[in-house]
Amino acid sequence: MLAVDSLTKRFQGLVAVDRASLGVPAGSITGLIGPNGAGKTTLFGMISGFLPPSEGRVLFEGEDVTAEAPHLRARRGIARTFQIVQPFAGLTVAENIAVGAYLRHPRRADAVAKAREVGLRVGLGDQLDKPASDLTVAGRKRLEVARALATEPRLLLLDEVLAGLNPSEIRDILPVVRAIRDGGVTILMIEHIMQAVMTLCEEVFVLAQGKMIASGPPRQVCADPHVIEAYLGKGAAARMKAEEIAHA
Amino acid sequence: MSARDLLPLILVLAVLAALPFLGLSGSALNFLVTTLIIALAGLGWNVLGGFGGQYSFGHAAFFGTGAYATAVLQMKFGWNAWGALGAGIGLGALVGLAIGYLSFRAGLRGSYFALVTLAFAEVFRILANTADITGGAAGLLLPLRPGVASLQFADRRLFYLLVLAFVGVALLASRWLERSRFGAHLIAVRENEEAARALGVDALSVKLRAIALSAAITAAAGGLYVQYFLYLDAGVAYGTWISVEALLAPIVGGIGTAFGPLVGALALQGLGEVTKHLAGGIPGVDLVVFGACLIAVIAFAPQGLLGLRRRRRTVPVGA
Repeated sequence: MLAVDSLTKRFQGLVAVDRASLGVPAGSITGLIGPNGAGKTTLFGMISGFLPPSEGRVLFEGEDVTAEAPHLRARRGIARTFQIVQPFAGLTVAENIAVGAYLRHPRRADAVAKAREVGLRVGLGDQLDKPASDLTVAGRKRLEVARALATEPRLLLLDEVLAGLNPSEIRDILPVVRAIRDGGVTILMIEHIMQAVMTLCEEVFVLAQGKMIASGPPRQVCADPHVIEAYLGKGAAARMKAEEIAHA
Repeated sequence: MSARDLLPLILVLAVLAALPFLGLSGSALNFLVTTLIIALAGLGWNVLGGFGGQYSFGHAAFFGTGAYATAVLQMKFGWNAWGALGAGIGLGALVGLAIGYLSFRAGLRGSYFALVTLAFAEVFRILANTADITGGAAGLLLPLRPGVASLQFADRRLFYLLVLAFVGVALLASRWLERSRFGAHLIAVRENEEAARALGVDALSVKLRAIALSAAITAAAGGLYVQYFLYLDAGVAYGTWISVEALLAPIVGGIGTAFGPLVGALALQGLGEVTKHLAGGIPGVDLVVFGACLIAVIAFAPQGLLGLRRRRRTVPVGA
């Protein structure tokens, strides 16, 4: 469904993303992990059209969308959330979601009905008429997801929707993500919380210092020495191996 | 829009329409016409500034264009007054599109956008002050020709009703913004442009359509102004006075609300009139009061006069 073909992003001298490629099969939940500053959000920015890549291509359902503006990609069916939540603070929760719903429903009544339905689905049902600025962090994360979902996307890009949530809030939101996929939306998610990645994702890509260093099923990727070293430093994998043997 | 959305609008227009038939003096009627013209200019500003969050300091550029087009097309090209007013409105929208295209494409926002619009209005003022077609510094004096075709009425109440009709259309447009997809997109761009784009909103096109509509409404105010006073010079048409009036009315009345500009214009002009009366001959004393009002509103009632009413009904969490 989505194919990213050796995308590169340079900010002056700094190479933030270096010839990174990934593929997201239709109907999957695919993860994108990596240490802080690896370039994950930059890669997301290029996939959703907010950042023009220096090199490489983005293909959505076989079509080259590399040069397309974000709103055109949204119309194609690519929706994203923001890592730093961006609510329309002056509007109510329902009005926030309705902005997304208007993409496919030009009439106000239809858009508002769609917004309420989506709000209910992500668990914001009893807060629909509150100002968005009154929501808790967890509520705002749900609002990000709801707004994106209201555009009725086929591909949903989730940028750390679990960050900043406590364990019980995470437990509450995991089924929401899974239900979205079961509703026919393909998901690519950036996530730091490994427990969530392990339970949700079928396949994981690992980005470190702008380079894609590993990919595969989550368990296999977590055991990959390159991945361990990217997170814990050079030699960490060997040291852990040695400790394991010593304990055995 | 449902009947419930339109009811307050119809009531307000009905009350305003009845006013001149209550035996008002000539100067009172004069005051009402001026106030409504300013309210109309403010309603225009409110489309872009209130709903769209793009604060213009130069709506004089549109007011003046509407005014000059209305006058010049009649005097130098022999147009019918109604046609000239229509063309003035269209030309105002075009000037809005041009200024919008240049500044929004360059990504100007906030105070940068405000300064650019101010600069455009000043350039227009200086050009109009020297060009032949605008009568230069001497200005234009529209010949007195009472009659419906020349849009001049012996009975000033009729002109008042005409201005009120324009205000009604602008109020309807504002109401529509509160209830439509375009309005929702415009408000989304005001609140957070990045997030709006991610949701499929073409921010540039939304802002361009908003500035065109905004400029057209303010240009109509300019055209009506010259038809009423029959005189125009660069300082009146493109002067900062109207840029300031057009933004003060909605900010004081209630920014981003349909009725805000009307309430603000009535309150400010009324207050200005009272001060002039009380303070006697001190020139510019009403402007001092305007300034004080603006400071008071921004400090104590950022949602404007209409916001005060709403705040009493729903106490915000944590207050």
